[in-house]
Amino acid sequence: MKIPYSWLTEWTAIPWDARELGSRLTMSGFEVEALEPAAPPFTAVVVAEILAADRHPQADKLQVCKVSIGRGAPLQIVCGASNARPGLKSALAMVGAQLPGEVTIGAAKLRGMESQGMLASARELGLADTSSGILELPDDAPVGAALREYLNLDEMVLHLNITPNRGDAMSVLGVAREVVALSGGSLTAPSIARVPTQGSGSFPVRLADAAGCPRFAGCIVRGIDNTAATPLWMRERLRRAGLRSITPVVDITNYVMLELGQPMHAYDLAKLKEAITVRRAEAGEGLTLLDGTRITAASDVLVIADAQGPVGLAGIMGGERTAVSAATTDVFFESAYFAPAAVLGRARRFGLTTDASQRFERGVDPTQQGRAIERAVALLTPITGGTAGPIEVTESANHLPRRPAVTLRTTQLQRLLGAAIPPAVVAQTLERLQMKVTSVAESWQVVPPAYRFDISIEADLIEEVARIVGFQAIPEADAVEPQRFRRLPADRPAEAAVLEALVARGYTEAITYSFVDPALQSTLFPDVPAAVLSNPIASDLSVMRVSLWPGLLRAALENKHRQADRIRLFEHGTRFEVEAYGTREVDSLAAIAVGPRLPEQWGVAKEQRAPVDFYDVKGDVAALLAATGDAAAFRFVADALPALHPGRAARVLRRNQSVGWVGELHPRIARALDFTYTPVLFELDVETALAVARISHEEISRFPQVRRDLAVVIDEEVTLSSLTERVTLAASSLLRDLRVFDVYRGPGLESGRKSVALGLIFQDISRTLTDEDVERLMASVVADLRENLNARIRE
Amino acid sequence: MADLTAVTQEALAEVAACTELAALDEARVRWLGKKGALTEQLKRLGALPAAERPAAGARINVAKEQVQAAIDARRAALERAHIERELTAGRIDVTLPGRGEEPGALHPVTQARLRIETLFRRAGFEVATGPEIEDDFHNFEALNIPPDHPARAMHDTFYFPDGRLLRTHTSPVQIRALQSRGAPLAIIAPGRVYRCDSDMTHSPMFHQLEGLAVDENISFANMKAVLHGFLQAFFERDLAMRLRPSFFPFTEPSAEVDMSCVFCDGEGCRVCKHTGWLEISGCGMVHPNVLRASGVDPERYTGYAFGAGIDRLAMLRYGVNDLRLFFENDLRFLKQFGTFPA
Repeated sequence: MKIPYSWLTEWTAIPWDARELGSRLTMSGFEVEALEPAAPPFTAVVVAEILAADRHPQADKLQVCKVSIGRGAPLQIVCGASNARPGLKSALAMVGAQLPGEVTIGAAKLRGMESQGMLASARELGLADTSSGILELPDDAPVGAALREYLNLDEMVLHLNITPNRGDAMSVLGVAREVVALSGGSLTAPSIARVPTQGSGSFPVRLADAAGCPRFAGCIVRGIDNTAATPLWMRERLRRAGLRSITPVVDITNYVMLELGQPMHAYDLAKLKEAITVRRAEAGEGLTLLDGTRITAASDVLVIADAQGPVGLAGIMGGERTAVSAATTDVFFESAYFAPAAVLGRARRFGLTTDASQRFERGVDPTQQGRAIERAVALLTPITGGTAGPIEVTESANHLPRRPAVTLRTTQLQRLLGAAIPPAVVAQTLERLQMKVTSVAESWQVVPPAYRFDISIEADLIEEVARIVGFQAIPEADAVEPQRFRRLPADRPAEAAVLEALVARGYTEAITYSFVDPALQSTLFPDVPAAVLSNPIASDLSVMRVSLWPGLLRAALENKHRQADRIRLFEHGTRFEVEAYGTREVDSLAAIAVGPRLPEQWGVAKEQRAPVDFYDVKGDVAALLAATGDAAAFRFVADALPALHPGRAARVLRRNQSVGWVGELHPRIARALDFTYTPVLFELDVETALAVARISHEEISRFPQVRRDLAVVIDEEVTLSSLTERVTLAASSLLRDLRVFDVYRGPGLESGRKSVALGLIFQDISRTLTDEDVERLMASVVADLRENLNARIRE
Repeated sequence: MADLTAVTQEALAEVAACTELAALDEARVRWLGKKGALTEQLKRLGALPAAERPAAGARINVAKEQVQAAIDARRAALERAHIERELTAGRIDVTLPGRGEEPGALHPVTQARLRIETLFRRAGFEVATGPEIEDDFHNFEALNIPPDHPARAMHDTFYFPDGRLLRTHTSPVQIRALQSRGAPLAIIAPGRVYRCDSDMTHSPMFHQLEGLAVDENISFANMKAVLHGFLQAFFERDLAMRLRPSFFPFTEPSAEVDMSCVFCDGEGCRVCKHTGWLEISGCGMVHPNVLRASGVDPERYTGYAFGAGIDRLAMLRYGVNDLRLFFENDLRFLKQFGTFPA
């Protein structure tokens, strides 16, 4: 909210300049977001009077004016504005003047006629976004005075951020009350001249929903001229507060709202039918609003209606049918109290936020309706003429908000703040906030003023005391806490250790959005349902990820487009599995590798620069899994996933529980995404895959180990895991380790067969193995492989 | 025995002429071996009169020792020369790069988060987590934000058709932790949060840090000490902190936390918009309604809660000026941040 400093001073004497006031308001809960002068900087602009205006001899649209600035000879000014006329007082930018937008005024010749300056428009002076013609000043403007001084344009405007709990401070009066609480000064309301009422009659009002609208003040003013100009001082105040001038009637309702915080509405009396009823909308009832939008109200929306139907959304916006125009001669002013509960959220439903709805939602002073209408009438008739009828207040006193007393205990104040505030200071602070304070044995009974909707419990009062005394008055104090040991999560690995393990293996951490492109996701996971957002920020960010792969693929592609030739990215985050009732959030760790196996470098074998494949990434996965201390529990089994190459994909099992996947991206998808090299991916469920095993050590043998190598020719279809399974079974527990050191296909072998070279390492825990022991074991292995795997042993 | 001197001279000359270790070995065998020329001299002592034997024997032994010393010296010299040659031949260009994999990097937001977790753990807080898809109760109602509350308008919430939503802050973890563990409690909850808003300074997904301490007699003064202590530890410097009264539905009193600008030390600069202050966090004393909604008796327990943007903390710490860089996953950006979280 924008508040001009000078407007505040009308309500209370301020002992501080605007800057100091701003910082005090900021530190009491009204953050100053900006502090700006009432107009952008300009120089050498004075109040001037046009003495004569004659047609330019060479140009139809220009006038040559004689202009007085109260000293010296009149100046000759060439002017293009049609409202330049003798007797008009306006703003003259003299030769040498600097105007907003880095404009400098020089002496100029226009179509042969000299111009000793420029008569300026409001727009040229930065006082309006648009304007027609030059600025028109009142007749009593002092000729020759600097315009900035005359219009007080150097005063500061405070842009205040009013928090949603403080609807009462959304006005000059409300902020002035805060200033009083801070300064200890007093509030001096500008006197509101009572306009004598004449027999202009009254308009019947009925409150059909007294809970939603317990008070409605109305007043008729007849015989106004709404084409009259709103005086400059009022237009300037509205402008400084951020509102545009429209017609006197509308300007005045806005002015009163800004000043007192009471939103008002004016109806064209001629268009109002019979009587006003404040009621709930009938289901499906429609209304065209002032701004032309057509809405249909539900039955929980409060409307103002006349005999023909709704004429306004209560507390939000009036209707088009009864709107005031320049031609309006008789108006009916509404100044009502609508309960927050009857307004809350309704405006937003129609995509609206209005000055009125913001105030009613937060709470408007329920005692001010009559005063506001009095103020409006007093401001209106001097401008537009007309005669006002009596102010009629229709109310249901039982439904007006009550402010029961709230208890504040000294002990609780000290306990919550951790600071001792002298009781006298507490009482004085609350009294300065216009609260009624009664001291009752170690506590106070506090009645907040009617306009405070945010004081209902003890903590609210503690906050009031603390923010006015100042949070800086509360010391910093360490909590005294006993040393307590907390158990570490039983089997969860330290996150940093997991991430660092991947970083050490060349992967860089990415953070991608949790919502992804539904097209990409369903290409990768055609059969997996995903949670769909109702209001996504973009259509390609509209479904929750069921895997981290869509995000990683996207990130890899973007890096490829940035000319990265070797990409290794991983992410640790949540994936979202749709279940029958809701969504299961799975802590997931996934990675993508694309491009050469090793970074480009000298002195490594050429195959190390070949594109990364299944086995490289499987090695990375195996390293992570081994870190759990449970390496033997994991198995990789060939399995199919639509996202992966059907022959190059494996499901990762831990004791037969599925804990993740590793594989090469399906070549069809890789091609569609325009990858040059095939990406290799893995994804693990952190909780199951990386759970740390509780390790108990095995004894190490002190006896020598014996190694025997074996080259086995087997059918292509026989997997290594079935080979090692047979070997392990046949070799007995004396086999300590089994290594694969070569896989060969080609010349010397029948087609469809491969040769696998194994290194078998035997060791016993209690003695040295003899040659005979080892030969016996090898014989048993060879026999088993021949029998069960149709193996041939290469000598 | 005139020839002993000649034999010795001959042996010494031969040793001196050796240029290879193998030749030196041969020379040693020839002169000092079992059948060596000098050994032969000793064997012939028996032919001498008994009275001359000791003197002659002594002379021969002196000669043998002389030759042995020459051989040892020569061996040492040859070995030294050999190593010298090896060293010269084995010289490499140590400025050529090392071989193998290059390490990747940890995301700066993760580095900041891990750093925050470490600091709070040391101060006695536990790290808690909660779901990212939340229900209205935990994200709003239990936090004292009823339907239609104006504060909801500030949240720009992502919804699912069934009414669930993406959490707009990490505050629901407060409720879940209190419900499941009760008081006393001291936790932080870092995590992803979502608002449907995207521009220069807003991302539809970002990271928040929630903090909560509930116990008998936890005060505003305690909260000030924890926040100030954390900021000083995180930024590794003395810095000023001020709390400004503000409004959050779930705390009372509520405050915004400003810290003196880390770029200008509060002098005023572009980053702090010449105010000398950076808004870094929101905080307050847990609202009695929130404690009640979580099953905690507000007459017995008090507590404070705070929330801060992890991305913002990371931006300030690493001097990143555009939030969007964190989510573009550009390897050239990410690789700048190294491996060791600190």
